[in-house]
Amino acid sequence: MATTDMDLLRFATAGSVDDGKSTLIGRLLLDSKAIFEDQLEAVEATSEAKGYDYTDLALLTDGLRSEREQGITIDVAYRYFATPNRKFIIADTPGHVQYTRNMVTGASTADLGLVLVDARQGLTEQSRRHAVILSLLRVPHLVLAVNKMDLVDFDQEVFDKIHRDFTQFATKLNVPDLEVIPISALQGDNVVTRSDNMPWYSGPTLMHHLEHVHVASDRDLIDARFPVQYVVRPKSDEFHDYRGYAGQVAGGVLKPGDEVVVLPSGMTSKISKIDLFDKEITEAFPPMSVTVHLEDDVDVSRGDMIARVNNAPTPSQDIDAMVCWMTTAPLQPRQKLAIKHTTRTGRALVKDIAYRLDVNTLHRDQDTKELAVNEIGRVTLRTTVPLLVDPYSKNRTTGSFILIDEATGVTVGAGMING
Amino acid sequence: MTQTHSDYRLSQLDQLEAESIHIFREVAAEFEKPVLMFSGGKDSIVMLRLAEKAFYPAKIPFSILQVDTGLDFPEVMETRDRWVERLGINLVVASIDDAIKNGIIPDAAKISRNRLQIPTLLNAIEENGFTAAFGGGRRDEEKARAKERVYSHRDEFGQWDPKNQRPELWSLYNGRLHEGEHMRIFPISNWTELDVWDYIGREGIEIPSIYFSHQRRVFVRDGMLMSETPLNPTRDGEVVEERTVRFRTCGDITLTGCVESTASTIDEIIEEVAVARKTERGATRGDDRFSEAAMEDRKKEGYF
Ligand SMILES: Nc1nc2c(ncn2[C@@H]2O[C@H](COP(=O)(O)OP(=O)(O)O)[C@@H](O)[C@H]2O)c(=O)[nH]1
Repeated sequence: MATTDMDLLRFATAGSVDDGKSTLIGRLLLDSKAIFEDQLEAVEATSEAKGYDYTDLALLTDGLRSEREQGITIDVAYRYFATPNRKFIIADTPGHVQYTRNMVTGASTADLGLVLVDARQGLTEQSRRHAVILSLLRVPHLVLAVNKMDLVDFDQEVFDKIHRDFTQFATKLNVPDLEVIPISALQGDNVVTRSDNMPWYSGPTLMHHLEHVHVASDRDLIDARFPVQYVVRPKSDEFHDYRGYAGQVAGGVLKPGDEVVVLPSGMTSKISKIDLFDKEITEAFPPMSVTVHLEDDVDVSRGDMIARVNNAPTPSQDIDAMVCWMTTAPLQPRQKLAIKHTTRTGRALVKDIAYRLDVNTLHRDQDTKELAVNEIGRVTLRTTVPLLVDPYSKNRTTGSFILIDEATGVTVGAGMING
Repeated sequence: MTQTHSDYRLSQLDQLEAESIHIFREVAAEFEKPVLMFSGGKDSIVMLRLAEKAFYPAKIPFSILQVDTGLDFPEVMETRDRWVERLGINLVVASIDDAIKNGIIPDAAKISRNRLQIPTLLNAIEENGFTAAFGGGRRDEEKARAKERVYSHRDEFGQWDPKNQRPELWSLYNGRLHEGEHMRIFPISNWTELDVWDYIGREGIEIPSIYFSHQRRVFVRDGMLMSETPLNPTRDGEVVEERTVRFRTCGDITLTGCVESTASTIDEIIEEVAVARKTERGATRGDDRFSEAAMEDRKKEGYF
């Protein structure tokens, strides 16, 4: 199949140092032939120079030199591979608590989260945290890969215990779809090929699961949401009266003839046509980038949202959200920040921090007065402009925002709107 | 009207296209003076196509910038001129020779032209006041690129600080800049080499003819097949002969090698790429082969 027909699966990986994440990713890349000869040769040479008696697949994915020297992955790295029916984008994220923000970043665009545990250690605080973050970010599919099964003699009891522990823990989380798979990343058991060492396991291999997990239905096709990004006005002789609203569909299905409302003004109109480059199309759905035309000459500009008359997001200046704080100076009440939500930018005042969420235990610490870097908490904000929001649980695009420090210009927070 | 997919499924290539178009529009809306860095290669041509689609039927609302190394393939220049003509866009050329003449960069005969591109480019960005520069970099190209953001912040010296990148979440891009800083934008970050080829094939767009199999007089240097050209005299023992070749990248004519190939259509190229055993850069870019971390070094300096 040509890439023109393939599906796409974005997944985020998380594991503590030495759980075998790099080895696993290296194997997925190698076995799907995403690794070229010269890359493999370089890694073989390095392994030999280091005196290893095996090719360290983990070297395939180590990024920047300084990190390579320290032997750890720090930032989010993106990797690509494809099987005949699907292309995969891996957001490879570090597992340490001091890199929670990187994990949040990697998870923000993921359809599936892959948590790795070392079979010898079982569920650790770290693995629980990884699952908590993935569920907070509403990653719809979760896989727990129990790695290094070779080091526990492929023992079913070890696996079953981890499986039970995790399933029980997951009941406290939002995990719509969970798969638990025993693997050996180093030897390849149940990664791409079924393991002869674990006849007691009847579920899918990891690769099979990644290839077949159903993601098309994860998108909201009910609630039409179209944040206007850019107004297309050619001002040429040929397209003199052309006025189109360009953007990426964030939810629902838009069709010519639909009665729509433009927010925040509240003006109503009808969709007259939808353009995809030089063609008119009959419907637009997420995540298509299209240009929408309205029948009436209403005032629409960047930052506005087109929705259905009877199904629109709520314009609100009071935002209640879970915020992951990403910079060293702590988040405190009365702080002023810039906020970007869909295509709308404004300023926000931090009104209150209701609690800090302990991502290891899910305990809510209500005595806290601030959020430190890599902490997640429930925050209320007052914004200068109304934002056109949905709960994050309903729509990951219209339910999310970023906070920007106006002095440094740096992204300092990521928010998921409650509701 | 065109009927879209009734099952509301978008192929991965359509998803990539939608994401890239989103990025182009976002930049056009939020930056004062964007520019598209045009290298002449297939990746920058894909960028041009995406920009064309993002703003259609309006013209692309920014210029394109090319660094003229004086060592570019004539076929690449011809293709560029046809694209510029068809899209009616403004072309800014920053010439390395001019930069040397004007004393902006040193005339160091021993420094590769590829390295001189960096100061020439940075100077052009500064002189023209460009605040955002689109580049055709893909994360699958090289390890150092795997962690690059779509919006990659450059300080007032045009440098990239890989340790201090802004977090990038969802499709919410942060374009804040201080005076003198600019942003590199990589709208095709998530595309692979194969995606680029499939897209070129699907869109039926023109790319330089050197990507396709042709007869060329070549010689072997450092294990690579180099083009015979007065710009790159042969050294002792190098024998020129005619072979059937094509190029996998379009760089500096003195550094870019070709591969023996009979692939003369996009489909044949795709077939070749799908079974290729070496990365496109590793196989044919003399400038990238020296060390595993070569790219990373140049990126920190502001290479695109
Ligand atoms: N025996 C065994 N060792 C493994 C397995 N997976 C990884 N390792 C080893 O565990 C160590 C850490 O692996 P690495 O992939 O670097 O872990 P990371 O820190 O999670 O990326 C390395 O020495 C690997 O060879 C496995 O399935 N079985």
